[in-house]
Amino acid sequence: MNKKLRQALKTIILAAVLYVIAICLPAGWGKDVFYALAYVVSGFAVIKKSLRNICHGDIFDENFLMMVATFGAIALGEYSEAVAVMLFFQIGEFFQSYAVNQSRKSIADLMDIRPDYAHVYENGVLKKVSPEVVKVGDVIVVQPGERIPLDGVVLKGQSSLDTKALTGESLPRDVLTGDDVISGCINLSGVLEIKTTKVYAHSTVAKILDLVENASSKKADIENFITRFARYYTPIVVFSAAALAVVPPLLFASQSFAEWGYRAITFLVISCPCALVISVPLSFFGGLGAASKVGVLIKGSNYLEALAKAKTIVFDKTGTLTKGNFSVAKIAPENGETAESLLKTAAYAEAFSKHPIALSIKQKYGQDINLDKISDVKEIFGVGLTVRLGKDDIAIGNQKIFAQFGLNAPEISEVGTIVFVLKNKKYIGFLLIEDELKEDAIPAVTEMKHLGHKLIMLTGDRKEIGQKVALMLGLDEVYAELLPADKVEKFEQLLQQKAPQDKMLFVGDGINDAPVLARSDVGVAMGAIGSDAALEAADVVIMTDEPSKILTSIKIAKKTLLIARENVVFAIGVKLLVLALGAMGYASIWAAVFADVGVSVLAILNAIRALYIKN
Amino acid sequence: MIKSFKLENLDCANCAAKIESEILKIDGVISASVSFMAQKVTIETDDDFDIILKKVKAVINRVEPDCELVLA
Repeated sequence: MNKKLRQALKTIILAAVLYVIAICLPAGWGKDVFYALAYVVSGFAVIKKSLRNICHGDIFDENFLMMVATFGAIALGEYSEAVAVMLFFQIGEFFQSYAVNQSRKSIADLMDIRPDYAHVYENGVLKKVSPEVVKVGDVIVVQPGERIPLDGVVLKGQSSLDTKALTGESLPRDVLTGDDVISGCINLSGVLEIKTTKVYAHSTVAKILDLVENASSKKADIENFITRFARYYTPIVVFSAAALAVVPPLLFASQSFAEWGYRAITFLVISCPCALVISVPLSFFGGLGAASKVGVLIKGSNYLEALAKAKTIVFDKTGTLTKGNFSVAKIAPENGETAESLLKTAAYAEAFSKHPIALSIKQKYGQDINLDKISDVKEIFGVGLTVRLGKDDIAIGNQKIFAQFGLNAPEISEVGTIVFVLKNKKYIGFLLIEDELKEDAIPAVTEMKHLGHKLIMLTGDRKEIGQKVALMLGLDEVYAELLPADKVEKFEQLLQQKAPQDKMLFVGDGINDAPVLARSDVGVAMGAIGSDAALEAADVVIMTDEPSKILTSIKIAKKTLLIARENVVFAIGVKLLVLALGAMGYASIWAAVFADVGVSVLAILNAIRALYIKN
Repeated sequence: MIKSFKLENLDCANCAAKIESEILKIDGVISASVSFMAQKVTIETDDDFDIILKKVKAVINRVEPDCELVLA
């Protein structure tokens, strides 16, 4: 609690004590003195502010309205109500400030990833400096327990890093010499010498902080609605109050000014829209914070709102739903070959290749390759390669390899990338290579389907492979064999087909799908940790590469929007109800105080829920 | 050019909304957003930033004298 809040609390306690004494005293001048004291203590700051604002010509200032309402109550002899209005107004303000401060603080704690210093070598001497002054190519030293201040490459040492504050991932990440490391992680075990690759301002930590700090500046529609509403609500209620106080008594001789004045006061007490104006941005602020807690950075409240309204989710395949690294899914020997020998032959044939498919075959083989046995490696572009292995001629490649030897390719029913192997022009079998689905892809996609989302996949891969993945995941539509430019075009078509109020989400890995990310209502980039392109292009950045985080983000977004809507409906509803009852003479000033302060407190408590998520 | 500044002692959400709508009325301001929760103002303009900023400070001083724009 800061100094200002402590001061406010003292004022409230003092005023409350005086007020209670006044209530307990028997009627008489003593009682009135205590009422007056309680009023002055609780109302002094309000009256001071309102006088100042009148000088600025701002008559719809909440302080001024409270002053008029309480002066009215005093004129009618309702001393107790006058004090109550001021006192509860102050309590409401205090509570608001407290809640807002707490929630600002908890987000600040969450985002406490800013490095305070860097240890850098200058002329061979280690110096402690601010991260901003470290240049690209400098060598910094990070001790266990310290935060990595700048992005770089490990020159010396090995360690494990705690990335929780960045990714929400609790398992530490191991790094060795030569690995890239990103700023913001905490070094856990070993001393690391790091050669920086970026200045601080371009480092991951600075970008993330910048992104999070600016997120609440991009406002959701419902926030703008409430600001507009507030702009009209207060003047309308104030003019109604004025009309209520004057018109009925003038028109009807039987109606007293006192009676209608009292009703006008109830209007003034409810005329402040503060609860609404605070609770909606507070909900979104909490929602943005809850998302960053699990490693999802959302660049604006507007995107949080759009996420909640997303009906259609369009996925990229490779790197988004699948791991993007190939593995051997099946070894199918033919013509008397054994599986071991087929795999070994293939691994030897691919020994010098760096192609991802070749790497997956060598990984599956898993043993050292005696390079002396291999000679005469010839690549046939777009087909495969031939090598001399010991005394055998080996050919390996796609089905076009058969044509090279005047043979017919066999019919294969498996779907995926097929690598055929020939030994001395005789077919000895094939290997089926597949891109694996991510571990959490199936449960995540299944639940999205349950929630009623339409799921579409775009891929540059072959049609059969695309369809197989779509079938395994239960996607609704799949469009395959799309070049990067085709993806944009296809996405444009999908955008035109959807209903205008539906929001369309695109989820990609951010590497070559920036144009589609930019075109979508909400562009989500996955596995973005350390990828600048993704951080720039996307509206929502998922730091890890788990598809389940998309689901978590949508859940957070829906909860946040629901809370914001509850607050709008509840607060406006109660205020209108009490206004109606007040106009008819059924609502007392006490009811008005509840409609003002009580509603504020409830709306704020509700808004704070947005900060907390169930996993 | 778009720049953001911190607003210290921005204590009331209504004032934040008022400050925002007043800044938008300044000639030369293309867009402006005041975030009450982040206590930040973001201003976009093609004009001389110093001149705009002077006007922004005047607006803030009029609407909420307690609130102060911090040049970072």
